[in-house]
Amino acid sequence: MIEVKNLKKSFGMNEILKDINVDIKSQEVVVVIGPSGSGKSTFLRCLNMLESITGGHILIEGLDLTDKKTDINKVRTEVGMVFQQFNLFPHKTVIENIMLAPMKVRNISAQEAKEKGLELLRKVGLEEKANVYPDSLSGGQKQRVAIARALAMQPKVMLFDEPTSALDPEMVGEVLEVMKQLAKEGMTMVVVTHEMGFAREVGDRVLFMDGGYIVEENLPKEIFENPQEERTKAFLSKVL
Amino acid sequence: MGFRFDLIAEYIPFFLKGTMLTIGLSIVATLLGTVLGLGIGLGKMARKKPISLLFHCYITFFRGTPLFVQLFLVHFGVVPLFIGHTNGILATIIALSLNAAAYIAEIFRAGIQSIDKGQMEAARSLGLNHVGAMKNVILPQAIKRMIPPLGNEFVVLIKDSSLAAIVATPELMYWGRAMAGNYFIVWEPYITVALIYLVLTTSMSLLLNRLERRLATE
Ligand SMILES: Nc1ncnc2c1ncn2[C@@H]1O[C@H](COP(=O)(O)OP(=O)(O)OP(=O)(O)O)[C@@H](O)[C@H]1O
Ligand SMILES: [Mg+2]
Repeated sequence: MIEVKNLKKSFGMNEILKDINVDIKSQEVVVVIGPSGSGKSTFLRCLNMLESITGGHILIEGLDLTDKKTDINKVRTEVGMVFQQFNLFPHKTVIENIMLAPMKVRNISAQEAKEKGLELLRKVGLEEKANVYPDSLSGGQKQRVAIARALAMQPKVMLFDEPTSALDPEMVGEVLEVMKQLAKEGMTMVVVTHEMGFAREVGDRVLFMDGGYIVEENLPKEIFENPQEERTKAFLSKVL
Repeated sequence: MGFRFDLIAEYIPFFLKGTMLTIGLSIVATLLGTVLGLGIGLGKMARKKPISLLFHCYITFFRGTPLFVQLFLVHFGVVPLFIGHTNGILATIIALSLNAAAYIAEIFRAGIQSIDKGQMEAARSLGLNHVGAMKNVILPQAIKRMIPPLGNEFVVLIKDSSLAAIVATPELMYWGRAMAGNYFIVWEPYITVALIYLVLTTSMSLLLNRLERRLATE
């Protein structure tokens, strides 16, 4: 459902993504790992055009993001994104955060948006927080709201950029639990993470990125137990 | 010779008239300046370089030259060009609005740019377009931060409106000068005028403080 062909991305003279090729199938959970600065976030941000692409193609359900005729706002409604820093809207309550895009983009009535929003909050275990402001939530709760907010647009793919890296350790579990549930329900997911346990347990495939390339990709078990590339071995020996 | 309260009493109707005009000028220029300022601020943030440069020049000119000079240019130059003769009130409103707009544009820009860029990204990633994200996510947060500097600017504008007296706009300062010229006195007219300005500017500050508190608790 996502095809990435010869993707290149530069910031000025600085080429960050050099030649990325990957196909992601529907319902697949792809975990992206790699050292800091290897271009993981940039890759993820290209997938919903938060970064403009320098070269190559990204096709989502056959729709080419680099085609000028493609309505990028439409594509983004199909691709949910969860950020490391949550990025909840602080001037809106939890339920308003979730209702905003369905109402403004999909023109759904407030009542319907609210019902769906509450359902999603129930799903992430935060129904009782519907009417509070994000400031009063813990990090783990914020991230669960952010996931519910992205799900409210009923995306076909969810992108996660280090969703647990800004959390206190005791809150990592609750967020990973929600993501596991999502994977079980068949959501297509691309997850940048340092949580190797999650990668092993939930991932269908692991991509190891370094220096702007996908250096190695394989089943989680294979990557972790039997890495082929020197750079993969070096990286894993540091993080495992 | 003591302080001539009797002369002040005699001039009270004129000071009242002048005060009303000062308030009127300030309100109109504040509103026009705010609307223009928002447009200019957004224009300066435009991604197209020539557009952004144009607005940058506007802001540089109006912040870098004296309001006094701008008022003369408008009064003796721009206004006669369009209506064939001078008009003090019109010139004052135009000059004050254009000048305030330059400062307000910078306040808007700073306010908008002070919002974490993750907010825009989150809004866009949900499928909102740029305008929708600005309206629903960025501006509501930015406006809260803009209120204190905007309040300052409005106070400055009230004080600056006194320059209009030079181009015979019968606002508050004009009547102060009239009284001074009439009786050859200094203290009575100008202290009275100063106190009235103080009341106006203090009221404006109080009003904005209240608005700020209201928004903060929302
Ligand atoms: N907007 C930008 N302008 C210029 N350079 C950028 C920009 N965004 C990222 N970079 C550079 O691109 C490189 C890759 O960044 P990226 O955030 O994709 O790495 P990452 O793999 O996600 O790292 P981390 O694990 O630290 O999050 C870095 O060297 C970074 O400095
Ligand atoms: Mg990153």
